Amino acid sequence: MPQLSRDTRHAVSFTLNGKPAEGHAEPRMLLSDFLVHELGLTSVHVGCEHGVCGACTVRVDGAVSRACLTFAVQVDGKRVDTVESLSPEEGGLNELQKSFRKNHGLQCGYCTPGILMSLTAYLEENPKPGEAELRDMLSGHLCRCTGYVNIVRAVMEHVGKSA
Amino acid sequence: MSQTQEKYVGQPVDRVEDAALLTGSAMFSDHLPTRIGTLHAAILRSPHAHAEIVSIDVSRAKAMPGVADVLTGEDLRDISDPFLIVLREPILQWALAVGKVRYVGEPVVLVIATDRYRAEDALSAIEVAYRTLKPAIDPEEAAAEGAPIVHEDVGSNVVSTRDFVYGDPDAAFAEADRTVRLKISYPRNSHTPIEGFVATVAYDPATESYDVQSNFQGPYSTHTVISKALRVSSSRLRMRTPNYSGGGFGVKVQVFPYIVLMGLASRVAGRPVKWIEDRLEHLTGATAAPNRIVSIEAAVKNDGTITGFRFDQLDDYGAFLRAPMPGPLYRMHGILTGAYDIKNLSVTNRLLLTNKCPSGMVRGFGGPQMYYAIERLVQRIAVELGLDHYEVIRKNLVPAGVFPYRAAAGALLDSGDYPAALEKAAREGRLEELRKRRDKARAEGRLYGIGYAAIVEPAQSNMGYLSNILPLAERQKNPKGGAVSNATVNIDPLGTVNVTADSIPQGQGHMTVLSQIVADNLGLEPTDIHVNLEHDTAKDAWSIATGNYSSRFTSSTAVAADRAAKKARAKLARIASQTLNVPPEDLEFGNGRIYAADNPDNSVNLYRVAGSAHWTPGNLPDDMEPGIREIGSWSPPELEPPNDKDQINSSLTYGFVFDFCGVEIDRDTGEVTIDKYVTMHDSGTLLNPKLAEGQVHGAFAWAVGCALYEEFAYGEDGSFLNGTFADYLVPTAWEVPEPQIVHMESPSLVTPLGAKGVGEGNCMSTPVCIANAVCDALGVENVTLPLSPNKVAALIHGEERPPPEGAEAPPAPKDAADNVIAGTGEAFVPAAQETVWAALLDPEKLAAVIPGCHSLDRAGEHAYRAEVSIGAGPVKGRFKATVALSDLDPPNAATLSGALTGLLGLSEGTGSVTLTPRDGGTALAYDYRIEVSGTVAAIGGRMIEGAARALVRQFFERLASVLAGGPAEAPEADAAAATWWQRLLAALGIGR
Repeated sequence: MPQLSRDTRHAVSFTLNGKPAEGHAEPRMLLSDFLVHELGLTSVHVGCEHGVCGACTVRVDGAVSRACLTFAVQVDGKRVDTVESLSPEEGGLNELQKSFRKNHGLQCGYCTPGILMSLTAYLEENPKPGEAELRDMLSGHLCRCTGYVNIVRAVMEHVGKSA
Repeated sequence: MSQTQEKYVGQPVDRVEDAALLTGSAMFSDHLPTRIGTLHAAILRSPHAHAEIVSIDVSRAKAMPGVADVLTGEDLRDISDPFLIVLREPILQWALAVGKVRYVGEPVVLVIATDRYRAEDALSAIEVAYRTLKPAIDPEEAAAEGAPIVHEDVGSNVVSTRDFVYGDPDAAFAEADRTVRLKISYPRNSHTPIEGFVATVAYDPATESYDVQSNFQGPYSTHTVISKALRVSSSRLRMRTPNYSGGGFGVKVQVFPYIVLMGLASRVAGRPVKWIEDRLEHLTGATAAPNRIVSIEAAVKNDGTITGFRFDQLDDYGAFLRAPMPGPLYRMHGILTGAYDIKNLSVTNRLLLTNKCPSGMVRGFGGPQMYYAIERLVQRIAVELGLDHYEVIRKNLVPAGVFPYRAAAGALLDSGDYPAALEKAAREGRLEELRKRRDKARAEGRLYGIGYAAIVEPAQSNMGYLSNILPLAERQKNPKGGAVSNATVNIDPLGTVNVTADSIPQGQGHMTVLSQIVADNLGLEPTDIHVNLEHDTAKDAWSIATGNYSSRFTSSTAVAADRAAKKARAKLARIASQTLNVPPEDLEFGNGRIYAADNPDNSVNLYRVAGSAHWTPGNLPDDMEPGIREIGSWSPPELEPPNDKDQINSSLTYGFVFDFCGVEIDRDTGEVTIDKYVTMHDSGTLLNPKLAEGQVHGAFAWAVGCALYEEFAYGEDGSFLNGTFADYLVPTAWEVPEPQIVHMESPSLVTPLGAKGVGEGNCMSTPVCIANAVCDALGVENVTLPLSPNKVAALIHGEERPPPEGAEAPPAPKDAADNVIAGTGEAFVPAAQETVWAALLDPEKLAAVIPGCHSLDRAGEHAYRAEVSIGAGPVKGRFKATVALSDLDPPNAATLSGALTGLLGLSEGTGSVTLTPRDGGTALAYDYRIEVSGTVAAIGGRMIEGAARALVRQFFERLASVLAGGPAEAPEADAAAATWWQRLLAALGIGR
């Protein structure tokens, strides 16, 4: 692991949603701050900055990660995916996103991108979760608007359809 | 061909907001562009609940890299005024503490720097000396004689007392068969939006004006508070809010003190200043709903009829009475008799200040507290009279057929049929089955209970309700009442429709509902209507009621948009009537066309008609203004000022909610499980049933949190104890069951769309419904929320007994209000006992051993001063430590006492260590007890406790390593990337 010096901005380059991205960050800069304030991403939402609420969840080399618990320099050379990566090539919403809209699975939408990123990774491994399993997985995210009911409905309808 | 256009109001239309939110393109406040050169702020907050500020030294902080300026309360006094409050009492609050701090988390010093990281760095270089004072924390003690006074110039912590009498309560109680009494204590909690506060303010010296970009949610009565504090006229305070906000729930009105603070900082620095609140700041210092103590009495007849209520309410507003406080007491005032037909009522309202974070608006806004008292009492009435709880509710409801109904304290209940609603809920929710389920569970020896709650849900506040806090003579000088809303429908030269309005959305879907309303009026599709709800006081219509709070939207802004759309339609019809040769009143709108009702083929495209108002204004009817930009404004006439009998119609519409639930309680653990929950809503006409249900789900989920998990916990010294989402427990998908929702629609008679509020009812009904079920299950007289397992287990098993003589006590269960960390342990050091003893007395060796130690100086015989860095969880910082050894029994035992002081708070501790020779080395046994306060306490026992344990362990590992001649850092400690001491300090917020 390279030794990084504090108070120095280090070059960070990585693949963001399939495209090259680069910038400079002090070792202590959080990935969440880097994505929002250096690269201008509007999909990354910071809710607690201590890894509990899940709003800032992204994927790093496919692994679900809290951007607020990750340093920007840690993603150097890696692949980072945010909710923008979910849109189909022709644009618009993918099937899971459409199911969220149809079932009113979001209100203020602040926690939604993080939930979608976790769900996407989860459904890759567990394409047919039961409701209890799904609720267990969703308990890694806090939502204050929806009461979770319609999030669960959106996912269950989505996985039922892809049967 | 049929031209009849489908109506969208009332349909479960998909939201127009969602595409941007689901794909991440929606911009929240932190994403909005800022001017190049914008500075970033960080706030040093008080670690004490109550203390005099002796001195503040910012010189080191000012010299730090990137720091533009550092401000204290004294700096603000010259350029700003204290916040306006509703009372004429000297409760003075500036944007930073002046003279004294009155709650943990109160802003004391502001640093502005080139970025947030550097601003936060500089906080650790600020030195504030405090002289601590005894705090007023417990509400009843704070209200008593001799309590520490939060605001000396007021002279008492009870800053307002008002008595109200309606009907003849004394006669009702004298004639009653019996009086049923209950005293309840409702906890402090908050809906905690996932997005925290954001405020960016730019001061323009040329025009002496402030431009604010924030996620403020209204009410815009607060605009006046901000402009007065900044000493500018209201037109020189431009407030802008975005289309998207990460949840509001009332809480985001409380960004206003920070708007003032950043405004002043921008003025001083000559550059825009941006501040983003973090979660620890939000939980510690944003706001909370007031905790309340209510002594309530009912005059009852033996058949269960309630003839009178007496309330004595003590509402705890924390350290300051910030606008729009004391709303939680007075917003509900007109409806103090709830859903019941009770003519006789007396109320005493006392406003209390304590050394806690100032209270503010939180969803439910006074309803949760009030209905907790009323509906717990009704359950008690049923128990004491041996009647069925459901029947007691039904017997006392406002009867059908009497609407509009004037409640004792002045609420004008606009529509409904409460008994029918009850029956519908019981039928569709299968209450009978639930009763059998309870009987069966009980027969099996399980703890199962059923709870009920009936409430009236007020919506759209009367802007005059707070004036009831003033005596009649005073409020008649300047009578206040009403609630103005505004919306604009603009049709451009190509006929596309744009809507703006004053709703300040927080996620409810207002854009969608407005598009439905306007589409129906103009015969278009909702997707044809472009709604932009960014709001700008410099350009958009606004009034004091502007904003998003107290379920205002459906009966206010939605109505204003309907009026604006009707004006646009009338104008288009008049223009079209010239072309079609049909009187305007005989024209219909549909599918993008305007046509003759009796001859649909005689038609014209709407966009052509709209275009003519722009392209050929000369052809318009003579008195018609060109263009189409129609403003709808409205204020309901029913919202009158309080009358001379102190009656006030505190809200415009009143929905009805009836809930029942079954809960099961685990006899061993005390865990409460909601087995079934039914919630019946009559919210008038539903404009979009899908969104209405979403509001019910959201309110219900928070209410489950209030019932079972959520409470802002304070230690006896005023320390705030749950400053993270690991400690302030918010329900997740695992804890929130799906409620069964039953609807009934009794259109409101006082709003043109017939719609009432729907988003707050369950915040009022559900906490008490669950509490009633728990009381039913356990057969106890009363319970206090939140019903955590340790609280419920104590009700089942009684307080824990001490262990039998000689047995080792198990570790005490953690109390939420406990800010003491204690532990014991053992370590082995492979060195002779005398060598270990000598090391403990050797400052140089200690300096090498103490994790995170920067320096260590002798401060006396066996006393040391040290600077250490510690970090725990989300916080880290540099602390000053003092350590003293006493009770020396060389080389066997010693007592250690010490204190850590830093910007993250304080900790004081004692411990003892004993040394015993063993296996050629020395065995050390130690115990410690640390009391923490400030930020360190707020990040909670869970993180601190583990970190403390790790730090102590690391201390001895390092001691062993140093005495063995090795480096201070043990290999395991390196692997863990932190020594025990660093982790302890980390836990305490000091290390990195």
